[in-house]
Amino acid sequence: MRLRISHRRLARSTGGDVVILIFLGLGAIYMALPMFYTICQAFKPLNELFIFPPQFLPRHPTLSNFSDLFLLMAQSWVPVTRYLFNSLFIVGAGSAGNVILGSLAAYALAKHDFKGRGLINNLILFSLMFAGSVLVIPRYLIISYLGWINTYAALVIPAWGTTLGVFLMRNFITHMIHDSLLEAARIDGASEWYIHWRIVMPIVKPAWLTLIILNFQQLWGDQGAMFIYSEELKPLPYALGQIIGGGVGRAGVAAAVSVILMAVPVTVFVINQAKIVQTMGTSGITGE
Amino acid sequence: MKALWLELKEKRTSYLFVAPFLAVFAVFVVIPILVAVGLSFTYFNMIEPPRWVGWSNYLALFLEDDVFLIAVKNTLLFAAITGPLSYALCFVFAWLINELKPKIRAVLTLLFYAPSISANAFMIWTVLFSGDAYGYINGVLLYWGLIDKPVQWLVDPNWMMPIVIVVVLWMSLGVSFLTFIAGLQGIDPIYYEAGAIDGIRNRWQELWYITLPMMKHHLMFGAIISITNSFAAADQIQALTGTAPTDWATWTIVQHINDYGYVRYEMGYASAMAVLLFITMVLVQRLVQRLLRRLG
Repeated sequence: MRLRISHRRLARSTGGDVVILIFLGLGAIYMALPMFYTICQAFKPLNELFIFPPQFLPRHPTLSNFSDLFLLMAQSWVPVTRYLFNSLFIVGAGSAGNVILGSLAAYALAKHDFKGRGLINNLILFSLMFAGSVLVIPRYLIISYLGWINTYAALVIPAWGTTLGVFLMRNFITHMIHDSLLEAARIDGASEWYIHWRIVMPIVKPAWLTLIILNFQQLWGDQGAMFIYSEELKPLPYALGQIIGGGVGRAGVAAAVSVILMAVPVTVFVINQAKIVQTMGTSGITGE
Repeated sequence: MKALWLELKEKRTSYLFVAPFLAVFAVFVVIPILVAVGLSFTYFNMIEPPRWVGWSNYLALFLEDDVFLIAVKNTLLFAAITGPLSYALCFVFAWLINELKPKIRAVLTLLFYAPSISANAFMIWTVLFSGDAYGYINGVLLYWGLIDKPVQWLVDPNWMMPIVIVVVLWMSLGVSFLTFIAGLQGIDPIYYEAGAIDGIRNRWQELWYITLPMMKHHLMFGAIISITNSFAAADQIQALTGTAPTDWATWTIVQHINDYGYVRYEMGYASAMAVLLFITMVLVQRLVQRLLRRLG
């Protein structure tokens, strides 16, 4: 059994390989089966969703759940393209702002020496230690105080202050960019602004792609139910959620919705997998 | 004061670079913490101005709110199980996947990571564990004759918590998992060769003496993310067992906060809970970081 890549065939026993393969196999089944089942459900006609004993694979695969979904969406008085636009706008504006503000801060925090740098770095690390869910109520109050309820801003602007991406980006810049490169650019008379956009950003492309993806995942699934009540401002998952809410008869449609909603982030991840893994490689916490 | 001004002037580029991010960070992270602490000492229903009530929110939490105490118990139990387990799963799977050929590695990484990014795909578990005979698990068990009537998986308090844990673990191979994958790939194979020469005999020794010490920083980062997530789970749980679970068997603090905040508009009371949860999270994080620093 050739399990290993050549330079790592050290210190391995066949027995261990077998145990590990079995364990990995079980893990893979646990992870993949529900996903696979979701996809199967989406292609089952309604009568196959409620048979006993339940069947795993669709016997007569059909696209009717998807066509029903599009029919239902065509009936809603806000066109589905509007929901899609809302989602894309929220994800796009949220990620763009987070990348622009975050990368500027990450560069300064990684490569500049100024008073308060340590404090800010520690604050950012500290902010990773608690979940945003403990802050939802004051955040809601602040957003309503700012008058952003029922605007895109309520979902977009808080995303700009997300710290995970800045943390990753700062580590990546620290590891990937040598000070001598920056010094050379400074001697040639480049401004810090120029250095950031023309030298640092191209080198750390994997890091900000990762940032975009993390934002994408965060914002794509966000229904924004707390902040948005106008039908024409709701993001796609919200609208799809309303459709699924229609009861048991919509079970097949609901599965179709799940498939559509998961296809988007998974595709984005697949395209950028190598870059993301490269970025996460520098995510370690060094003793500061 | 003058020194500070000089510093600001001299390093103004640095401060200008940091300022926009810091402003948003302050408004949506730092100020909310302060607001939560402040509000936790008031009665505030969003209609009248906040009214100072001292410690009474905190007292009421522990003396009058039985459901809160159940939520505390559930949250701690849930975090104590899912936190370490999800952390271990992230590492073990990353470690095993790392041994495979790059193509298979990429496919398995996607397979394991996908549930954590798939929006509401976890809803399939409600079909799998549905309480009637059409639920897949019930159907199979009935068909095989292992049970004679359908089990109310998501309504029976004996089963709710275990099932919720299984589902949350399923979707927990996220950022930590990717971090470990990346960290493992970043270890130079030369260390393993040197280790083999120095007498490392099997993969367990290799793991303990080379891999874990080399991964220390990634492990610490992964721990932070895993702990944060283990305390924050709420939406998925609520989607599985509903807004009023049987005997509050899967009711967590975050659900209780949302209930008081968004449903009853008792913002002060909800803030007091948020502050307690915040303090607990930070203390646990500090403790775990200290333990991990001691490793290796």
